[in-house]
Amino acid sequence: MSKRIDVGDLNVYYGSFLAVEGVSMAIEPRSVTAFIGPSGCGKSTFIRTLNRMHEVIPGARVQGKVLLDGEDLYGSNVDPVTVRRQVGMVFQRPNPFPTMSIRDNVLAGMKLNSSRMSRNQANEIVERSLQGANLWNEVKDRLDKPGSGLSGGQQQRLCIARAIAIQPDVLLMDEPCSALDPISTLAIEDLIGELKQNYTIVIVTHNMQQAARVSDRTAFFNIAGTGKPGKLIEMDDTTKIFTNPSVKATEDYVSGRFG
Amino acid sequence: MTTTATPPPTERRSAPPRAKARPGDRIFSRSAQVAGILILIILAGVAAFLVREALPTFTADPSEIDGGEGFLSYVWPLVFGTVAAALIALVVATPLALGIALFISHFAPRRLAQGLGYVVDLLAAIPSVVFGLWGIQWLAPQVQPAWAWLADNLGFIPLFTGPASATGRTMMTAGLVLAVMILPIITAISREVFLQTPTLHEEAALALGATRWEMIRMAVLPFGRPGIISGIMLGLGRALGETMAVAMVLSTGGFTWSMLTSGNNTIAAEIALDFPESSGLKTNTLIAAGLVLFVITLAVNMFARWIVSRRSEFSGAN
Repeated sequence: MSKRIDVGDLNVYYGSFLAVEGVSMAIEPRSVTAFIGPSGCGKSTFIRTLNRMHEVIPGARVQGKVLLDGEDLYGSNVDPVTVRRQVGMVFQRPNPFPTMSIRDNVLAGMKLNSSRMSRNQANEIVERSLQGANLWNEVKDRLDKPGSGLSGGQQQRLCIARAIAIQPDVLLMDEPCSALDPISTLAIEDLIGELKQNYTIVIVTHNMQQAARVSDRTAFFNIAGTGKPGKLIEMDDTTKIFTNPSVKATEDYVSGRFG
Repeated sequence: MTTTATPPPTERRSAPPRAKARPGDRIFSRSAQVAGILILIILAGVAAFLVREALPTFTADPSEIDGGEGFLSYVWPLVFGTVAAALIALVVATPLALGIALFISHFAPRRLAQGLGYVVDLLAAIPSVVFGLWGIQWLAPQVQPAWAWLADNLGFIPLFTGPASATGRTMMTAGLVLAVMILPIITAISREVFLQTPTLHEEAALALGATRWEMIRMAVLPFGRPGIISGIMLGLGRALGETMAVAMVLSTGGFTWSMLTSGNNTIAAEIALDFPESSGLKTNTLIAAGLVLFVITLAVNMFARWIVSRRSEFSGAN
């Protein structure tokens, strides 16, 4: 559980278009790393390269290295399916499977591993994961009801439960609160604080207060103009980025002067 | 305008305020209403005709009915033949159609997928008489050895009792022709619903470490289930009612369990073959058989509706 990520000189292309250029960074285990930056700067594109989800988009490819505890995710004999079991992901809009019950949603990832579980084991996993996502008390009496019947914030926590059920090493969150109301957002932020004791967490957010509240380290991405590639401008401790950043553009962005 | 007076609280208003009816809205809602009522009238008209014309059959003396033993013993072999042919068609066509639909929607490169889609749609436009010709001239001789093999090796199963027909013009062959005919219907509808699967759900499955096939099983198929069932029902409807292809391909005869010998007939084909030379009570008997087909179709559709609604809570429509 909880591994470190080292990214070395990573370029991301959509076809021949260079979307993200030359990103190098180290992401520490058991910490929260936030990616901030204006829209279109490549944060979401970049976070998807950390579990090879960008490959779902036709024509997307990368150059460079992403090491998970020293192992290259893009090694020639590495299966993207295995990568995604180690590096879980939570999306912008809550996406529980509408055709499954709450319980089956949590177990969805486990069932893929095709190992047979006893009913007891399954119950344990469901309870542990839902506890871990702070959702257990709200849904324990209706585990057989459809997941789509929950509120948006509960659905998002259900997705987190589903992601942590398979005990990944890293949890990626792509703007997990952007579709949620402030109270649900607070619940997710509290949860992130608890989850970082066990997982390496990377979160993309448009909300700078959120980055300041939840993260230990912050990376600022920027783009020179439309059609230009997004770049990592600087990465530092969150307190430093928000009080005394070393690059002018970062200061302008976090103080609200642009973006 | 600030002069608009709010109604005084003492005024009693039993109905909620009505929206102003605009001519466009009125015309549209009326024409939709007329269309909706029209379909009910047509259906009721057909049902009424069938019942009225079929009635003499039920009141007549059993010995006067074709076969001499009453309407039930006349019609049940036809029902068996109809259902058997349709089932063979469904069993063959459904997996194939789902496979083609999945290939087009999720596996094939975009260009190939489009071309393939057109070809499948084209298949639906071929008239059934052409399928009938193809069935007799080409398919029947081709599959005859396979039926002979089935009869030799699996003959202990009543459905495969030998000896297999030497012409190949059997229920099995008719079922295969029907399968080809309903294939494009099921494929087209399934393909459309598979393409509607939200990317969000596909990505959810992939991010959990699902392979492409696991993603399809987890997100695409469950989401498309009501659509798949509708497609199967439409296909079944065509298979149950198909007349020409069966009448041409099948070498008809009396009831037999075997699907590999000549014999059996379907309701629709029986009507088509016998109606031109029928008169009097025989005509009524054939119409009564048509009524039975009508009821079967209705029952099948209601069953399908029930299957879909049973899990509507989990349909993702909420």
